Amino acid sequence: MTGWLGRLLVERLIRLAWLLPLAMAGLFTLVSLAPVDPITSYVGARVAEVGPDQRAAIAQAWGLDAPAPERFALWLGHIARGDLGSSITFNAPVAQVLAGRAGASLTLIALAFLMSFAVGLSLGLTAAATRGRWPDRAIRGFAVVLTASPGFWVALLLIALFAVGLGWLPSCCAAPPGLTADEADLAARLRHLILPAATLSVVGTGPLILHSRARAAAFLESPAARHLAAHGARPGWLAWRPGLRHALGPALAVHLAGTGELIGGSVLAETVFAWPGLGQATVRAALGADAPLLLGIALATLVVVFLGNLAADIAARLLDPRLRQA
Amino acid sequence: MLRIEDLSVAFRQHDGRLTRPLAGVSLTVGPGDCAGLVGGSGAGKSLIAEALTGTLPRNAELSGRIEVSGRIALAPQAVTALDPLARAGTQIARLARLARRRADPAALMARLGLPEAALRAYPHELSGGMAKRVLIATALATGAGTLIADEPTLGLDPEAADRIMALLGGLAADGTGVLIISHDLPRLVATATRVTVLCEGRPVETAPAAAFPEGLTHPFTRALWDAQTWTATEWAEAC
Repeated sequence: MTGWLGRLLVERLIRLAWLLPLAMAGLFTLVSLAPVDPITSYVGARVAEVGPDQRAAIAQAWGLDAPAPERFALWLGHIARGDLGSSITFNAPVAQVLAGRAGASLTLIALAFLMSFAVGLSLGLTAAATRGRWPDRAIRGFAVVLTASPGFWVALLLIALFAVGLGWLPSCCAAPPGLTADEADLAARLRHLILPAATLSVVGTGPLILHSRARAAAFLESPAARHLAAHGARPGWLAWRPGLRHALGPALAVHLAGTGELIGGSVLAETVFAWPGLGQATVRAALGADAPLLLGIALATLVVVFLGNLAADIAARLLDPRLRQA
Repeated sequence: MLRIEDLSVAFRQHDGRLTRPLAGVSLTVGPGDCAGLVGGSGAGKSLIAEALTGTLPRNAELSGRIEVSGRIALAPQAVTALDPLARAGTQIARLARLARRRADPAALMARLGLPEAALRAYPHELSGGMAKRVLIATALATGAGTLIADEPTLGLDPEAADRIMALLGGLAADGTGVLIISHDLPRLVATATRVTVLCEGRPVETAPAAAFPEGLTHPFTRALWDAQTWTATEWAEAC
């Protein structure tokens, strides 16, 4: 029974082997072509006081005067030795910045993932169980509105309602003012996590509702469901037991394959809520022309999205035995 | 025990007119009985199965009398009636739970001539004949005293079809009332004690199996019999 898993892993490793160099070359080209001058953004407001000689000295010190292929080879050589370079904006090694901020981002993404999965799946199944009637129409309408709502707008609405209007939840940061995230207790950290995670979960919920509804409805209209209904199965039981089983695999696969969107959404959510994760670091790295950090984050994202897609494929096969034979 | 008297099914169409694809059907299946119901496609055979299990489409109007004592269960026509994502054993247990009974899937498997390993198989891992038998097992798991088998031989090779029919005959011999709905008249006559013949939703004749083929009175029954029992040489001579 594990034959399919080995085959899948080998196939995906081969894919990663050509995907990674291709992505590296593409990323390096994009960063090299970016119109932002790293020296100007490093020096900042007093750029006028830096003469051409000094600029040339900085460029030489950073190796910017070398031709692009040479710089690319140098970067690859460093990565092969495990050195991702140093971040200009954070004044620290890129690996250290990534390690220090990955936890906050992954917590946020994981909670958003769980929230949208639970909400999307249960609303989808409820809609399937009541298909054609008003709860179904209301849920489908909600899904369409959710899909059409931009993340930043939802974030502002949530802040206006829960942080400003009701005063229940904080609108910023990962910890109360004056404390670092490590000093705050678990309850305080959770309270700070809710609004950003809710904002981020909006991205995936709409498609998930519609997807699980479609899969569960297809089962509920199948001869198999009619066979069970003919012998006394109630519609609610059909939707929530065998129907859930039918919706679970495709829903989980779609959701895991959407990891990329979740990471993209986290850049926005972390910016609005000043969440100290990689999304916020991405924005600062981009504004500061911090090429090493941008490349490091991009590579880390690539690996996470790749793993998300791999997990999607494994989940789909685990939950539907018919797919294991293909 | 199942008794149907003057059963009719009508559909109200979009323009308000009433079509009546099934009318005037009467039949009785007692304990240990093996009754057959035959007719070409579109004769209304499956409508009877749906009427008996309460799964008719919503716009159907039912009239006549259906008397049921004890539980009846249906083994549907298509093997797609098995849940593709559940093991055979799970599905048998589900039907038993719906009837509030404790299932003994292993004993059912033995009774239906299936290996016990088939309990752990998913429907796509079963052959057509095995899937049909699992369908019958799900129906029997409800503890029903009356079993309706809708086209049990459809899509099976001759050997598997013979085995299924023998199995259904055996169930009747053990005391279950069995109603076999089929278009396969020769096999039906070999298994059932009497056969009701439907022509376009109307019963034309109910004849004891022993009456086939000499004692048949209705020309439609005779034509149906002849159409299915002609051998290759007879076809060749007729040309």
